[in-house]
Amino acid sequence: MTLEIIGISVLWLFLFLYVIVASIDFGAGFFNAYSAFSDKQHILTGIIQRYLSPVWEVTNVFFVFFFVGIIGFFPQTAFYYGTTLLVPASIALILLAVRGSYYAFATYGAKINHRGYIYMYGLSGLMLPAALSPVLAISEGGFMRLEGGQPSLDYWALFTSPLMWSIVVLSIAAVLYISAVFLTWYAHKAGDAKATQLVRKYALVWAGPTIITATGIIFELRGHNPEHYASLLDLWWMFALSFLLFLGTVFLIWKKRNYGLAFILLVGQFFTAFFAYGASHYPYLLYPHLTIYDSFTNESMAIALIIAFIAGLGLLLPSLYLLFRLFLFDKDYVKGKSDYHA
Amino acid sequence: MGFEDTALMSRILTLMTLSFHIIYATIGVGVPLMIMIAQWVGIRKNDEHYILLARRWARGFVITVAVGVVTGTAIGLQLSLLWPNFMQMAGNVIALPLFMEVFAFFFEAIFLGIYLYTWDRFEDQRKHFLLLVPVALGAAASSVFITIVNSFMNAPQGFDVLNGELVNVSPLLAMFSPAVPTKVAHVLSTAFMTSAFVLASIAAFRLLRGSNHIYHKKALFLTMKLALVFSVATAIIGDFSGKYLAEYQPEKLAAAEWHFETGSEAELVLFGVLDGEEPKYAIRIPYALSILAHGVPSGEVIGLNDFPEDEIPPLWIHYLFDTMVTLGMWLAFFSFVYVVGAWRGWSIVTRKWFRWLTVLSGPLAMLAIQAGWWFTEVGRQPWILRGYMKTSEGATTSGQVDLMIVLFAGLYVILGIGTVVVLSRMYKRNPVEKELAQRESVKGGEE
Repeated sequence: MTLEIIGISVLWLFLFLYVIVASIDFGAGFFNAYSAFSDKQHILTGIIQRYLSPVWEVTNVFFVFFFVGIIGFFPQTAFYYGTTLLVPASIALILLAVRGSYYAFATYGAKINHRGYIYMYGLSGLMLPAALSPVLAISEGGFMRLEGGQPSLDYWALFTSPLMWSIVVLSIAAVLYISAVFLTWYAHKAGDAKATQLVRKYALVWAGPTIITATGIIFELRGHNPEHYASLLDLWWMFALSFLLFLGTVFLIWKKRNYGLAFILLVGQFFTAFFAYGASHYPYLLYPHLTIYDSFTNESMAIALIIAFIAGLGLLLPSLYLLFRLFLFDKDYVKGKSDYHA
Repeated sequence: MGFEDTALMSRILTLMTLSFHIIYATIGVGVPLMIMIAQWVGIRKNDEHYILLARRWARGFVITVAVGVVTGTAIGLQLSLLWPNFMQMAGNVIALPLFMEVFAFFFEAIFLGIYLYTWDRFEDQRKHFLLLVPVALGAAASSVFITIVNSFMNAPQGFDVLNGELVNVSPLLAMFSPAVPTKVAHVLSTAFMTSAFVLASIAAFRLLRGSNHIYHKKALFLTMKLALVFSVATAIIGDFSGKYLAEYQPEKLAAAEWHFETGSEAELVLFGVLDGEEPKYAIRIPYALSILAHGVPSGEVIGLNDFPEDEIPPLWIHYLFDTMVTLGMWLAFFSFVYVVGAWRGWSIVTRKWFRWLTVLSGPLAMLAIQAGWWFTEVGRQPWILRGYMKTSEGATTSGQVDLMIVLFAGLYVILGIGTVVVLSRMYKRNPVEKELAQRESVKGGEE
């Protein structure tokens, strides 16, 4: 295994973790806003506040970890992606600010629960994946021009691309699906039958769109990037495995059985699909300009980063375990029996 | 022209984000220590007031942290968005502390979540107190790592340039540049000092607004004592910073001091205006610059004449430097008077005008932080990486930075107002008298 592969695997793993934890966060906000809109408020609010409030900052760090890490391991990405992503990334930052400030002002602070704020918070959860996911489309190539050695984004090509829009739709559907499956489990653990029923319904609703758009993207890649399409097909068995795991989740949710296992299968489904997609993208970070080899940092930095990473994990894993034990696996806390907020 | 414009626009947006972020970052680094001290004092003295003080500070702190996370994510991403060419180069040499900063923050965020949601969950108060240790350590470590990156920009080392390629990169050598000791110490001590003054301001304000509760008096005395300790530390470290500048970045010190000709027995120029190369209406302290730079009046201080014209920072940083130093001196003096006065029972420290001065000290300390950061950043110009890369070479070529300035300005205004409104509303709805009474009645019920 080369240093390049270790580097990109670590980053891809953290991006995957971000996709899962952020999806839970984004989707929950949207469901909360939707129930406020349809006057079913309070069914979800308590659950969302109990789970999301203590962990959202941790969620955010996964994202920071990814973009700081990619500059560290692959500094040339700063040049290509940094220059071209100014506008979409700034929009994503504003949306993240909406979410962060909602936690700060509405749940920690003076409990400003103005409806407008709840809607903004909810909508930001859908707009964030829509703002972030086009990067995946851009990485497929064909949307970036080099003028006088300086890269710039071809907005027209991007916004008229069916590939880009499918990725956006997939990201939104996946956010809602992941979130709904998780919340079904969490609500069930909390012993809240009403909430469980509601989010279980959402999970079943969003399962279909998720799998349909995901399949659609594979076929769109055939036209857009035949090289990538070919290597995707080489990994067909991983996507098949992912599909089986998907069926497992839907079956369990449908039969109202074993929600915990359903969520684990879902993580497995996204894990296999995410890594199959990542592996088929290899070695490109950006078709056709940038590979993990020509953008890689020097060897001494790579080794230093990997050592720092291992040391950091040694510190983080026990702390994360403690966090989850207290807020995710503690029955009294999940059920809302105990309130120890400062 | 367009090229220069994006560099200027990128500078403006970075300046805006950093100036806003540093408020939250300073509080984020300093306040955990204050909470820790208050809670520790409370446990040791078995005094409910100090425990409640820690708890109420923690409630406000979490709001500033949440906003700080938002602005911190913004500046983290903006570094790559606005300075892609710089980050491409820096990524090769100084990525290690940036990476470690994420871990430090990760660590802090996890334990902050746990700490906040576990008040009274443990039988033994000391267990809960222990959860705060990683929060304070993580916060301090974050600022240390980020300051290390900034130090590298001021005194780059740990690599060689061969035909435009970076070779012989040593991440550890790059991390421990000569700027690190003074910069890191200065950032930490000023964060503690400013946080202490900000908390003292709040206590003084409550006392002025009619509440004569002993709780606020205890809070004020505690924070002012801490403010004094860290003000003195800051002054001592500031002296070392002067010596660092004289040795490694003489052009920054010379520009800050309007010191044009290299020479010994140099005088320190405070304020004034520049007429050609002659400071007018300025306060001049003989030998002081030589002493600041080398510790002896005979020390030779390098002047601006030794540098090419296009490598000299703008001369208006003089005012930033003076603002920082004057405010620092005043705050050290002021907290000294307060602490001695409170200890000896002077009536002056309980006078209204003195209380108002105390209220003012928090904002003044924050102003000194701003002046200090502006000074060090503008004082590094025209370099983004001193001696290797000019700021204009590091900037993006994207044409939409101006639009982003408007967008982010709006965001920071909203976040700033939101913070003030939410914090004041939170404390107003739940004044300390009410909370103390509630805790009393709960305790009475238990017995």
